[in-house]
Amino acid sequence: MNIAELDFYTQAILSLAALVGLTSFLMLGQGRLLRLIFVFAMQGFLLTLTTVLAAYSLNNHHLYISAVLTLVLKVIFIPWMLRRQVLHMNMHRDIEALNNKTTVMLGGASLMVFSYYVLQPIVQSSPVVMLNALAVSLSVVLLGMLLMISHRQAVAHVVGFMSIENGLFFAAIVATNGMPMVVELGVAFDVLVAAVLFGIFFLHIRTSIDSLDVDLLNKLNEVDK
Amino acid sequence: MNWLLAVLQTMLFVALAPLLAGWLKCCKCRLQNRKAPSIFQPYRDLLKLTNKQPVVAKQASWIFLIAPYIIFSATVLAATVVPLIAVDLPTSASADVIVMVGFFAFARFFLALAGLDIGTAFGGMGSSREMTISSLAEPAMLMAIFTLTMAASTTNLSFAIGHVLNEGFVLRPSFVFALAALILVAIAETGRIPVDNPATHLELTMIHEAMILEYSGRHLALIEWASQVKLMLYGVLIANIFFPWGIAETLGAQALGYGLLAIMGKLALLAIFLAIVETLFAKMRLFRVQEYLSFAYLLGLLGMLSHIILEASR
Repeated sequence: MNIAELDFYTQAILSLAALVGLTSFLMLGQGRLLRLIFVFAMQGFLLTLTTVLAAYSLNNHHLYISAVLTLVLKVIFIPWMLRRQVLHMNMHRDIEALNNKTTVMLGGASLMVFSYYVLQPIVQSSPVVMLNALAVSLSVVLLGMLLMISHRQAVAHVVGFMSIENGLFFAAIVATNGMPMVVELGVAFDVLVAAVLFGIFFLHIRTSIDSLDVDLLNKLNEVDK
Repeated sequence: MNWLLAVLQTMLFVALAPLLAGWLKCCKCRLQNRKAPSIFQPYRDLLKLTNKQPVVAKQASWIFLIAPYIIFSATVLAATVVPLIAVDLPTSASADVIVMVGFFAFARFFLALAGLDIGTAFGGMGSSREMTISSLAEPAMLMAIFTLTMAASTTNLSFAIGHVLNEGFVLRPSFVFALAALILVAIAETGRIPVDNPATHLELTMIHEAMILEYSGRHLALIEWASQVKLMLYGVLIANIFFPWGIAETLGAQALGYGLLAIMGKLALLAIFLAIVETLFAKMRLFRVQEYLSFAYLLGLLGMLSHIILEASR
């Protein structure tokens, strides 16, 4: 497959896939919470673009609804809510000291290679474009997990979790041309509920350990030492 | 005929470099609500410096005296490799991009030596910082350039640009990454604001200025001119590799004229972009530069990966 021979739609989808991967990397190396949330919103915006592009080229009208849902939820509502919480808890001035950032970044790069390697057998039975898009979305999922492992702030964990969902959503759009409407509505609703629940969790974690640094949770014990 | 054109192109390159610096300064002043000097001011500065008598310290050895000439000529030789207004020229066909990086390294080596030679604390400090930064910037730059050369399957710049031109408009994910990486590296290598501040003489922050602090007169003029050529070289590299449209493919007068107009327009836009970046960002701490450059390297690596993963033929 040579990229110059593909049609414009496929080229655009591949470019968007690369950009979605890039935003995952940006999130991985980001120490400031507000900027992390901003990059997360950017990723949501790229997903919206992908959905609109897929809807336009496949002439599939319900994908437009899904695009609007993505825009409202992942670009506007959830980032707005997280941002409000960060500002409210006065954490926007903290810079999280990421220990060995370079190692984490290089680990992320090797995860990308790994996900491509894992998905290699699929290419036998499907077009190459699908393999590429699936590889990128799998690596977005893995990078989201790495983000949750490497960051200590609970807000960053939520962003990591949401970006895992973004990866799955991207795979669904590109590989299957969009899920059925019912499923999509359900997932969107789930994400919304999750975001609200996380907000409540933040409040509880904060009242019990007076911080959102989850490393401090290790100190909680049944018995006093 | 071709060789004559190549020489003319290089001369044009060298002659236009101060104009770009002047335009950049002009944009920056406007953005910062200051009154801008004329865009021909760098020419006047260079002229004034050449007319002045150079003052050389007693301890200076021959390295200090010869370094400005070596730096200037190495930079000009690097400029011959890069196609400015026409693709098909013998100088850019005979040397490839690695040679260009080599010329840069050569010039930098002598600049660092000259900084050390005079024996002041500033010079040594500047040289050590410059070498640290360049040792991190060079791999990132090569990574970004290799992405291009893998797509075009040649390391020769004029063939690679010809390849991009022939292919027409193709959205390549790897080029997006390579472009971002190359811009980051160019900012670091030419000593622009997030990494080094070209307008300051504050001892804690300066890198490039620290090395040339002892130079004066025509020596200083040559070094300043070389760094302006270097800035323009990176600009041309970015403009012509990623947006080559407009560059002359034939050697007719009309095509060359269009090529000249196109590259000047592209460079003017690029300078505006650079001025906006310099206005928006503050200079970062020296120890953050390593993170910045490792991010550039990562982008280059991702460009390479996405070339292999997303685009490679199988």
